[in-house]
Amino acid sequence: MAGLHKSQFQNPLLNWIDSRLPIPSLMYKEYAAFPTPKNFNYFWNFGALAMVTLVIMMATGIFLAMNYQPNTALAFGSVQHIMRDVNYGWLIRYVHQNGASMFFIVTFIHIFRGMYYGSYKAPRELLWILGVVILLLMMATAFMGYVLPWGQMSYWGATVITNLFSAFPVVGHSIVTWLWGGFSVSNPTLNRFFSLHYLLPFVIVAVVFLHVWALHITGSNNPLGIDVKGPQDTVPFHPYYTIKDSVGICAFLAVWAFLVFFTPNLLADPNNFIHANPLQTPNDIVPEWYFLPFYAILRSVPNKLGGVCAMFGSILVLFFLPWLDTCKVRSARFRPMYRMLIWVWVLATVVLGVVGAHKPLGFWVPLGRLCTIYYFFHFLVLMPLLGVIEKTRPLPDSISQAVLGKGGGPVPSGAAAKPMEKA
Amino acid sequence: MMRALRSLLAALLFAVVAAGPALAQDAGTPPLPNEQWSFSGLFGGLNLAAAQRGFWVYYNVCSNCHSMHQLHYRDLAGIGLTPKQIKAIAASVTVPKGLNSQGEPVTGPATPASQFKSPFPNDVAARAALNGALPPDLSLIVNAREGGPNYVYGILTGFVKPPAGFKVPAGKYYNEYFPGHLIAMPPPLHDGLVTYADGTKATIPQMAHDVVTFLYWTANPEAVERKQMGVRVVLFLVLLTGLTYALKRKVWADVHH
Repeated sequence: MAGLHKSQFQNPLLNWIDSRLPIPSLMYKEYAAFPTPKNFNYFWNFGALAMVTLVIMMATGIFLAMNYQPNTALAFGSVQHIMRDVNYGWLIRYVHQNGASMFFIVTFIHIFRGMYYGSYKAPRELLWILGVVILLLMMATAFMGYVLPWGQMSYWGATVITNLFSAFPVVGHSIVTWLWGGFSVSNPTLNRFFSLHYLLPFVIVAVVFLHVWALHITGSNNPLGIDVKGPQDTVPFHPYYTIKDSVGICAFLAVWAFLVFFTPNLLADPNNFIHANPLQTPNDIVPEWYFLPFYAILRSVPNKLGGVCAMFGSILVLFFLPWLDTCKVRSARFRPMYRMLIWVWVLATVVLGVVGAHKPLGFWVPLGRLCTIYYFFHFLVLMPLLGVIEKTRPLPDSISQAVLGKGGGPVPSGAAAKPMEKA
Repeated sequence: MMRALRSLLAALLFAVVAAGPALAQDAGTPPLPNEQWSFSGLFGGLNLAAAQRGFWVYYNVCSNCHSMHQLHYRDLAGIGLTPKQIKAIAASVTVPKGLNSQGEPVTGPATPASQFKSPFPNDVAARAALNGALPPDLSLIVNAREGGPNYVYGILTGFVKPPAGFKVPAGKYYNEYFPGHLIAMPPPLHDGLVTYADGTKATIPQMAHDVVTFLYWTANPEAVERKQMGVRVVLFLVLLTGLTYALKRKVWADVHH
């Protein structure tokens, strides 16, 4: 057959398709033969886990949308209709509801993996930036999704968060009215949130595509943070990482299933079992757990606009991480000070989450401020400074040298050159 | 440097652990009762006899003021009532039945497909009849309160004498578990208020326990099926994880990594 692409597939059907539209070749190149560092640990599961979660969220969401009514008079009841009358509606909804939490858990770990092993450094800056874009899109999607059941916390959460935009001078209130489609959170707000909640996941899919594309150009980082030197450092993605990801996926689904079947409302707020009531503010308006650190940062600044800027800044600062980090060594394994300090940052962020769950009274206020300051101190001061003052440990020459050296002392470099591909 | 970091970590951790419980209690409210529920725990089922007795309490007492919007009479099959019993229960209440041929609203006996009858046509009517107070809908009440079943049980059994000097205004009642202690609901239960068909003695704790069991079911009608399915799904996934891990070991056996 004449054409630019000559298919290598033996199977006649695959060959026929591949000669015309080389998706099989693409999949083979990017997901079967793709050379992948052979020293990944299980932290490298979490990208695949996030992808699986995205697919499950979209699949369950489509079925929920078939039975949901985006109308303030009907929304709450339609969710109960799903829970009670739709066949296995409770299962679909609990998978989706807990899926939001699972999505953030795996994404936070995925981001932590990137930070710990320096995956954002050259040449992977764009890959990292696309990841932060996905995080922002996820947050917007999750926030709007939480409004849809139209419980008390849905309504008041939406009111508080959209009101943040009123902090901006001059245009603030106009922006809020525009977001609401009225003069309070009301039916137009619910309608558009439903529309956008359905749209944004598809935008996420598009950005994930770019994220994976960028990944397949630069290649994966690895726990040593050193570049791949040759085929002896890699294994083909299939079967090595398809099977290793499968282990993680099964374990992850087991944890998710445990939540869904045994404690489906563990992370839910009792207030959201009460129909939205604009005339009655709940005692304490608390966002979902995955927003708590950012909520705590918001409340730690004693000025509304300052708080809003600090909250958005806490995510936006991630965009600049590739340039804020001045150290050339990627992996924390070879950075004794960073290896400690990244955990202090994690602790500060977790404490911020705890602070965010409590009323800003007494002791929680200074603790929140301390952690907020530390959060930014880490990125804006420590990261640039460490590159100057930290004495990094010597890097191994190559992945295979480090791997073979682990077992029994030094190994002649020739021994590492054995090709690793099977079949 | 390292030592300073470690002590900072320890101090932060201690601060969080120490402050958590200290802020949890407010003065004057005893800890919630800790009842034994048939449905609690990972494998808890549902005591159908208690749920049916609870329905009887709801039907005779609670439903005089509280709505139950999310339930239909047909749902009562979930606590083991037979189609005949459900039909009889539905037929015992009169509900709006749409319009007649003249366009006038009519009423008639409910059917199993009817929604549970609400005691008031709307919230305004409820407030007008009840001294301004609006009784909350009970469909999801167990899920909608911090403390869940123990809290609802606490409210039903928590009408005690107010402490000396605590002024209870007219139309309000003192309840030790209610936030602020002043509740608009008069004590709803007293010993012997209902007669149980199975001969169980209708004491206040007994009726409270039964009605909370019923209300747990109205809020979580899928719970028994969910947990049973969960055992199979989680066991399957754990087994699959093990098998996949074994396969992974085999695939990676000759790679040094």
